[in-house]
Amino acid sequence: MTWTNVIVQGVLFGGFYALFACGLSLLFGVMRIINLAHGDIAVVAGYTAVFLVPHLHIAAVWGFIVVVPIFALVGYVLQRTLLQAALDRSPFTTLLVTFGLSVLIENLLLEIYTANGQSVNIGSLIGNSWQVNSVIYVSWFQLVVLLVAVAVLGVLQVYLSKTSTGRLIRAVSDDREAAQICGANYRHIFGIAAAIAVATVALAGISYGILTELTPTTGGSQVLLYAFEAVVIGGIGSLWGTLIGGILLGVAQQIGAHYNPAYQVLAGHVLFLAILALRPQGLFGKKEALT
Amino acid sequence: MSALLDVEGLVVHHGQLCAVDDVSFHVAEGEVLAVVGANGAGKSTLLRTIAGLHRPSAGVVRFAGEDISRLGAHQRVRRGISLVPEGRRLFRSLTLEENLLVGAHKAPKGTFDIPAVYEIFPWMRERRRASVAQFSGGEQQAVAIGRALVANPKVLMLDEVSLGLAPIVIERIYEVIPAIVAQGVTVLLVEQDVSQGLKVANRVHCLLEGRTSLEGRPDELSARQIEEAYFGAELHHSQPGGPS
Amino acid sequence: MSATLVPDVGRTVVRANYHPAVLVAGVALVAAFFTAAPWILPAAWVSVLDNFFLLLILATMWNLLAGYAGMVSIGQQGFIGLGSYALLYLALKGMNPFAAIPLAALIAGAIAVPVTFLLFRLRGGYFAVATWVVADSAMLIILSISYLGGGTGRPMPGLTSLSPAQYNHDSYLATWLTALVVSVGTYLLLRSRLGLVLASMRDSETAARSSGAKVTSTRRWVFVIAAVGCGAAGAVLAISQPFVQPGNAFNINWLAEMLFATIIGGIGTVEGPIVGTIVYFVLYQSLQGLGAWYLIIFGALAVAVALWQPGGVWGLVRDKTRFELLPVGYRVRER
Repeated sequence: MTWTNVIVQGVLFGGFYALFACGLSLLFGVMRIINLAHGDIAVVAGYTAVFLVPHLHIAAVWGFIVVVPIFALVGYVLQRTLLQAALDRSPFTTLLVTFGLSVLIENLLLEIYTANGQSVNIGSLIGNSWQVNSVIYVSWFQLVVLLVAVAVLGVLQVYLSKTSTGRLIRAVSDDREAAQICGANYRHIFGIAAAIAVATVALAGISYGILTELTPTTGGSQVLLYAFEAVVIGGIGSLWGTLIGGILLGVAQQIGAHYNPAYQVLAGHVLFLAILALRPQGLFGKKEALT
Repeated sequence: MSALLDVEGLVVHHGQLCAVDDVSFHVAEGEVLAVVGANGAGKSTLLRTIAGLHRPSAGVVRFAGEDISRLGAHQRVRRGISLVPEGRRLFRSLTLEENLLVGAHKAPKGTFDIPAVYEIFPWMRERRRASVAQFSGGEQQAVAIGRALVANPKVLMLDEVSLGLAPIVIERIYEVIPAIVAQGVTVLLVEQDVSQGLKVANRVHCLLEGRTSLEGRPDELSARQIEEAYFGAELHHSQPGGPS
Repeated sequence: MSATLVPDVGRTVVRANYHPAVLVAGVALVAAFFTAAPWILPAAWVSVLDNFFLLLILATMWNLLAGYAGMVSIGQQGFIGLGSYALLYLALKGMNPFAAIPLAALIAGAIAVPVTFLLFRLRGGYFAVATWVVADSAMLIILSISYLGGGTGRPMPGLTSLSPAQYNHDSYLATWLTALVVSVGTYLLLRSRLGLVLASMRDSETAARSSGAKVTSTRRWVFVIAAVGCGAAGAVLAISQPFVQPGNAFNINWLAEMLFATIIGGIGTVEGPIVGTIVYFVLYQSLQGLGAWYLIIFGALAVAVALWQPGGVWGLVRDKTRFELLPVGYRVRER
């Protein structure tokens, strides 16, 4: 029974990790780059929810309705300016620039808000849970996040496969130049993809800030690493693989934590390294995606 | 004769290498111009520059009187310039129809829409939901032409459509060109295979090492003239120790 | 195509635009100066130089990895930490910490060998983040070992017998000599066969591969050498603290500093890390008391350099003057 609870809790965390990861996966699919500031943007979104939303006279739990669209815009603008400029140089430059951005964000947050943890306070809602039996509790909030993650991935999947903009995003990821000579402004398409990626990770950041504490370094050492591990475990280029990857990462972490709380993160890393050793393309990925 | 496409003093570099060196020509509306030349003569670079995929170091590209040299590739498509790129460059994870839909997504209303392409290539209709990655070379080439056509171009540029295809397949591809021209589309094509180029073209422009080596109507030019312009025989005979 | 490479009269192939003996004499002079520094310079300066050479080692290693072998690692702090802890372990086992520095560095390198077999399955950005996962794993493992002090850390044993002045002195010399070995070693490495392979990989990996260059094994060597270098830096760091703690030894700020210094100085040049480290220390000294702002300004500068002056400060100097202080390639000189 205890083990069932460990797995249930792991699955619930998996929702967060999938939500962290889907933007990272999308941007890599479209532009072949990794935004090393991905997690830090999530933390900035969380801080925005902490410090902006109380001024808006809306319930904190609805703060994301304001913050997420702002971050979609931030994502678009960031892509059209800094990231595109880096991409025009080389993928290598993109890594340097996004790493620089990550360090800038973390240290600015540290200077302005100190190293103290910040939480998005939604009051008593966070405490609500559903007691299945004597050992298994399901937090309503975490369950909602898991469902949101599934919904976000589902909507993204439909958006990419059924809409004309989604088709263009896929076309641009296949062949940027060919898309240009079909009349697509690939920079704009990149901007849209970045807007989606940043909006989803902002949502993830706010949710994480509701569940636990955000610190200036949460973005790098947690959000980015977990998102990355979820993507690689699930398989690069597979959206649903990312969900499974996130869930497996969550379960591995909970199993580790069950033995010793200090092993929580390490157990996730071990699973990631094991996948890398045994099946580097991930569970649902294609081998070609690696190169 | 009004020039629809006007290229003047075009110079294009790939890094330090000069791929196109001071090339000028014009294409009149309704004309078929074939640019021929050996491998590495700068033909593809020329088309890609007109399409907006390369920035020229010097020179001007005018389309319907407008200087389009500074426009991005996607803006030129909307003006009416479509390129069928070398190597076909289909969207491999998309279906046939999706490839055409991407080609048509900014197209003005005109002669060519997706049903019209299916008229030209009837086999496409029943395979429209198939992924293009599994198509044969000739089929992929047809899709690439269809994808460019659905943008309703005024000028259709074809880059080495015969490359890597069997002679019978090449013939079938070239069969559709007169039909396209008949709809009032101007064609600028690049070929390594001179005989193919000569068959469909009203005018030929020969490139040698990035420079114009010969220009004229196919019926006015002798085989020997073309051969010399193609291989640069004349340059080597008459100018020993010339440009190297 | 008629310009053939005939060993013509009037042309010679040389490395530098100055005599090779000048280089050797110059390095010897600089080495003599910095070795004598504790006797010549005030203690405060020596302490700054200690930190300077530590960052110089790190930047040189990161430049070798990213600038020459194209591997953007964001996990080098892992090898710094491993070097620190390897030295702590050896000292706890009774070795003299100073004598154990090379061994600690080799331990970090030995750990890097199996790691490459995992990491090299990934490329580019994925490789980058995976290096961080490895570094984080190393830290988490160390954290759980109570013998090494767990999360709170442990003082470095074997240093208490030294007087404070003697300790400062020896600690500086350890850092400086490590920096000298790492710098000269890297320079010689880049002039060697391996450097030639790296240069060909930088031009075109496919071409290098098809002409028989052992691309993967060259990468592996570079990664392991960089781990040894960073491990050595970690070891001298542990001595100069002299307290070993995971939060410091595995700090990602080390990575930020080595990366920014390399970019600003000029990535892919031998001189770049030196120039970048100097820029860093000028900034650091002038922004003292502003907390993390030095890192923010330094980082913003690095981003700007990466975007608009990718050759860095040294690239700018070299392009303007055609001068190379430490040449690794060859050039044709008209006589």
